[in-house]
Amino acid sequence: MRTIGSAITGSIRGEHPIAGGGNGERRPAALIFLVLLWLSLLVAIGVLITLIVTIIVEGQGQFSWRLFTEYPASSPDRAGARPAILGSAWVIATTAVMTIPLGIAAAVHLEEFADKKNWFNRFVELNVQNLAAVPSIVYGLLALAFLSMLGVRDKNIVIGGALALSLLILPVIIIATREALRSVPSEIRQGSLALGATQWQTVWRQVLPSAVPGIATGSILALSRALGEAAPLLVLGALVFVSFDPNGILSGYTTLPIQIFNWTGRPQEGFHQLAAATSVLLLVLLVVMNGLAIFIRNKFQKRW
Amino acid sequence: MTDALRDDSGEADMPALHLQARAEAAFLPDEPRGVIQCENVDVYYGNFRAVTDVNLKFGLHEITALIGPSGCGKSTLLRSLNRMNDLIDGARVEGQVLFRGEDMYGKKVDPIEVRRRIGMVFQKPNPFPKSIYDNIAYGPRVTGMRVESMDDLVEEALTKAALWGEVKDKLKQSAFGLSGGQQQRLCIARTIAVKPDVILMDEPCSALDPIATVKIEDLMHELRQEYTIVIVTHNMQQAARVADRTAFFTALADEGTGDRTGILVEYGKTTQIFEHPVDQRTEDYISGRFG
Repeated sequence: MRTIGSAITGSIRGEHPIAGGGNGERRPAALIFLVLLWLSLLVAIGVLITLIVTIIVEGQGQFSWRLFTEYPASSPDRAGARPAILGSAWVIATTAVMTIPLGIAAAVHLEEFADKKNWFNRFVELNVQNLAAVPSIVYGLLALAFLSMLGVRDKNIVIGGALALSLLILPVIIIATREALRSVPSEIRQGSLALGATQWQTVWRQVLPSAVPGIATGSILALSRALGEAAPLLVLGALVFVSFDPNGILSGYTTLPIQIFNWTGRPQEGFHQLAAATSVLLLVLLVVMNGLAIFIRNKFQKRW
Repeated sequence: MTDALRDDSGEADMPALHLQARAEAAFLPDEPRGVIQCENVDVYYGNFRAVTDVNLKFGLHEITALIGPSGCGKSTLLRSLNRMNDLIDGARVEGQVLFRGEDMYGKKVDPIEVRRRIGMVFQKPNPFPKSIYDNIAYGPRVTGMRVESMDDLVEEALTKAALWGEVKDKLKQSAFGLSGGQQQRLCIARTIAVKPDVILMDEPCSALDPIATVKIEDLMHELRQEYTIVIVTHNMQQAARVADRTAFFTALADEGTGDRTGILVEYGKTTQIFEHPVDQRTEDYISGRFG
């Protein structure tokens, strides 16, 4: 606060004390805005915490190793999510194998080789951006149509689910990879080319290795999105009572979100608790994956 | 060594040359034995003509400096000498750039091969995010050079770039751990490793401190025995210190459109350019009256 004395003696601008000299941060409008920002943040965090606490409280009775070892059963006290955990693992692994190489290849082409002035390339680019915003159930329908076209009768197979999820996250991986490639400074490319390296060598030996942390981060985040998806798999008929371990890409399966969905729909309270416990498990998995992504990003971040 | 005297602060008798350079200048032939030769070269970016009608010979085992005010096209011209300009959308060269008498932009010429023969060092040191060793070995590996011992080649390149003593115990460490000046010498070593004929340097010292600058300049004098060097510099004292010949460029505004384009004003031995410039514009520039 400026004292009266200093206000009088400090008539020359340079003599004003800095403290309390200008109070732009304390004007009413700024204060109100600040309070509003804090409120928005509180609401968002409040809702999140409520959700998490609710499911933890509800699910705590059912949170035991049984969840990992047992198969679904007619009684909630004997039921577990083992096939759903394994099913999620199978589907996500298959999705990763199908999508990551394809997504990286597409991004490398678009970013490093494609003529950006060509109308077709610009069209593809625009579409990739738009595809990332398409609702996931549409990809489920697309996969369903595709599998029907191939004459696959039983569409509730790992590869079918992985196909739908691949379509879903392919644009995300392409966009993330392009970002990572773009963040590699052009000096590195020029340095390589000036030594007589071909463009292919430059991409393969300089640009891609430098972009790996960004690509890994983007891919993990995309996969964690796929892990939480239920809608496209439901369209493919994954809502079944699975009491066996999936054992291949043609095997039937269920996944964690579908298992949760399934149990939530049951009338018995015990199943609701089981669903809550499985939700906690899914949340932990997602936090671990996102944590891994953040770890990779920080650990391998390049400072040019 | 008179390192301390050779900083960038500007000497009082600015155009006067270093004694060493003066002595070397005495042996310089009047006409350069051209390794690279520009004949009526225009460089365009799309419809914009960045450089107009340059005729220039870069002499074998000589250091040629390209000087001039910003926007005079000297860097553009340099980048067209090893087809690095090809990488910029819409860039094209008209006229002929001859390398040992062969048109560099000819249909059968592979730009990759051109760049292998004519290396380039950039303004900002740009080591690869790899170890010091791998930075040097990268060029020979990608160009498929027959190398008997990569270790020897790395040592040779680093020695020639006056860096071996400083890094020989940390070859496996990241190149990013080096200082800016060391990084720039690493980039020079990396260029030497593919055994080019010509080294193009685009303001190689502009990001470096005076002491690192002196080291690079000394290095250029050493390298001149084996390589032909073309250097773009903003620093006239640097041109006076290192170059055998100097080409002065300026930007000329088109009277009709107002577009500015770079032209070669004067080219000659560095002693002549700095002491007896023929063109008034050269004299104005080197005496600090414009630019």
